[in-house]
Amino acid sequence: MSEIKQIKLPLDSTMINGLQAGDIVHLSGTVYTGRDAAHKRMCEYLANGKALPINLQGEVIYYAGPCPPKPGEPIGSVGPTTASRMDAYSPQLIEAGLVAMIGKGARNESVVEAIKRHQGIYFAAIGGVAALMGKCVKSAEVIAFEDLGTEAIRRLIVENLPVIVAIDSSGNNLYQ
Amino acid sequence: MRQIHIDSIRQLVADLCIEANTSLSQDVYQCLGSCMQSETSSLGKNILQTIIANADLAKKELRPMCQDTGQTVIFVQIGQDVQVVGGLLEDAINAGIREGYQRGYLRNSVVKSPFERVNTNDNTPGVIHYDIIAGDRLLITVSPKGFGSENMSQLKMLKPSDGLEGVKQFILQVVKDAGSNPCPPIIVGVGIGGTMEKAAILSKQALLKPLDKINEDPFLASLEAELLEKVNALEIGPAGFGGRTTALGVNINTYPTHIAGLPVAVNIGCHANRHVDGQL
Repeated sequence: MSEIKQIKLPLDSTMINGLQAGDIVHLSGTVYTGRDAAHKRMCEYLANGKALPINLQGEVIYYAGPCPPKPGEPIGSVGPTTASRMDAYSPQLIEAGLVAMIGKGARNESVVEAIKRHQGIYFAAIGGVAALMGKCVKSAEVIAFEDLGTEAIRRLIVENLPVIVAIDSSGNNLYQ
Repeated sequence: MRQIHIDSIRQLVADLCIEANTSLSQDVYQCLGSCMQSETSSLGKNILQTIIANADLAKKELRPMCQDTGQTVIFVQIGQDVQVVGGLLEDAINAGIREGYQRGYLRNSVVKSPFERVNTNDNTPGVIHYDIIAGDRLLITVSPKGFGSENMSQLKMLKPSDGLEGVKQFILQVVKDAGSNPCPPIIVGVGIGGTMEKAAILSKQALLKPLDKINEDPFLASLEAELLEKVNALEIGPAGFGGRTTALGVNINTYPTHIAGLPVAVNIGCHANRHVDGQL
């Protein structure tokens, strides 16, 4: 098995190009949570020419809806949700500057194409290991769409969040 | 007539909701351990190890093992000599869910309407199935069901001429279609026979059967073993990255059906196959 690569966020193009499908990576830095409802809303904003509530340039979206935090903790358990539900929205967001996504499960061709075209990356996290991943979150703050509850966009500061490169910037796909 | 007060039902349901979400059942836990020994993919082995470490942490620190603490599916078996007092049984169960999800810091994932999609903010209502049984006990199984795996489930009304081969093909196709999405290694719950809704409930009940217990029906036991072998030969593997551990088990329930039909339901369960029983 390959060694664990430590990556500090934000990602730059050198880092992205240095990562290959199958690499095990620990991410540290800022990621934003966002899942079905937030994606739908962000794409509606883009379609209507409205500014997004977060600047996606160079950012990472983690498809996750966390459990509520216990007292004194930043967040509860927070594992990845099924990424294919975001396939309808991801190409538009990648077009708008998003570089990386964290989720679970395979993506469709249009997402793979968008990743290749814009030198992005798709990281897979292990589905279900949410207690461990929750422990990697050092702070969490709702920054948009608060009305969506667990589906709101949160800014997380993570330390050593374990992920696997599933689709790299050349389009190599670990699911195939 | 034995009287059971709704307060004790509410409290039991609340406790079971927390236990189910934080404590992986022993049969699944052990199965993950033995699969880790036999897994040939090194990435797969690493993933199984991480899944076990997550279950250990969840239990030790009483954290939900998965953030998708599910829609709360509850099977109630109520003795016909039981009288529920103090209010309605269904209200007591939903009050238990409300209390358990709040007290256990579990995620509220239920929306009021499939179209308007506004969160109910307390994970109610649960999906509740009632059975009347002999005696004066009230048995409750709480089984939170995440939708990563639930979304990958399917039902098909086969024709009698499709026969056993048709059933096998359909089950394998459902697992193939699910691929990496339902958090493999999965548990495959199969319901065959009855009517459309009966097959679906049988498939969900099949997920509750212990993995370490062989089916009492020798034909079904061998069918389960054959299907497990074939599912694992698909090499979807842990987290969908290849390997032999695609499923931890295939469990089948059957029921008498109509001369014209062969309903088959496949309910996919993730590795966090959560369910606990309690009784009053």
